Amino acid sequence: MNEWLLIAAMTVLTFTPRYLPFGLAGKVKIPPILERALTYVPIAVLTSIITQSSLIREGELAIDLANNHLLAVLAAFVSALISRRLFVIVTVGLTTFIVAKLLL
Amino acid sequence: MSTKAKSSLFLQGAVDSSPLILAAIPFGLIFGALAITTGLSAWATLSMSLFVFAGASQFIAVSLLASATALPVILLTVFVVNLRHMLYAASLMPQVENLPQKFRLPMAFWLTDETFAVVSNQVARNDDTSGLHWYFLGSALAMYTVWATCTVIGIIMGQQIPDIASWGLDVAMLVGFIGIIVPNLKFRADWACAATAMFSTLITYQWANQTGLLFSSFLAISVAVLLDKRVQPGLEQNHE
Repeated sequence: MNEWLLIAAMTVLTFTPRYLPFGLAGKVKIPPILERALTYVPIAVLTSIITQSSLIREGELAIDLANNHLLAVLAAFVSALISRRLFVIVTVGLTTFIVAKLLL
Repeated sequence: MSTKAKSSLFLQGAVDSSPLILAAIPFGLIFGALAITTGLSAWATLSMSLFVFAGASQFIAVSLLASATALPVILLTVFVVNLRHMLYAASLMPQVENLPQKFRLPMAFWLTDETFAVVSNQVARNDDTSGLHWYFLGSALAMYTVWATCTVIGIIMGQQIPDIASWGLDVAMLVGFIGIIVPNLKFRADWACAATAMFSTLITYQWANQTGLLFSSFLAISVAVLLDKRVQPGLEQNHE
């Protein structure tokens, strides 16, 4: 795959949604239902990515304690329910991952 | 507005963004290292940070590249992930409608989760938002500089330590995403959205070219919108 084609296309596809509302400011308003749907994009896409990368390893379902990624994600999830601070959540997740890698 | 007032707002924007920028440093490093170990060239990796400048999209592109995903699927996924920026920009429309295009263009290019969070907070705290574009640009330029620098350091790390990919560094991105999503799961529709995305991904993971990711995302968004009472205020009594 041509990496420069990828970058050029990504540049356009990233800039367009960022610029469109700014360019149209004062002229149009997006429908409320679309506006609400857009607010769920981060939860939907990022949850799917987390699931893909933690519960599925090397193309197989890996729901077991030998899966360090899963342990780190679970620890981060529990800490996120207690503390809402990104720094704390990332530290707990990474510490769990390193400890699991060294001990298990 | 005086030059002094402008530079003061510019600096304030950068200072107010510093906690979020610090949190982005490991992501920049990991992006650089991961992209190199995935097979992207050093110049392409740096160019992606300089021209695309969107952390989540860059990570997704690199991880999809690693799993040999077809270009159209990568681009469609990137576009879907970027749709949230459209919402950010839409919510700042009142603040930019009197600005000339020479400000709107760089502001759009540099719009990130971090700068949006800081700028919208500034809008909420102040009645007078004149000169807000200087505050925005201060935040954005600080973020841009740090992101590019961290990408370069990450590229060097990835080149010096070739087996860095096997360290499982992508876990930092995953726990970072957890840290962004979980504190925002407030309503029933939010939890339903996350749960649908998870179960649908588990069912569809064998679909070709990551199409399961897109399908699961659209399904989860649809479920959330159906459960979101704010979408149809007139029908509220029919739910629950």
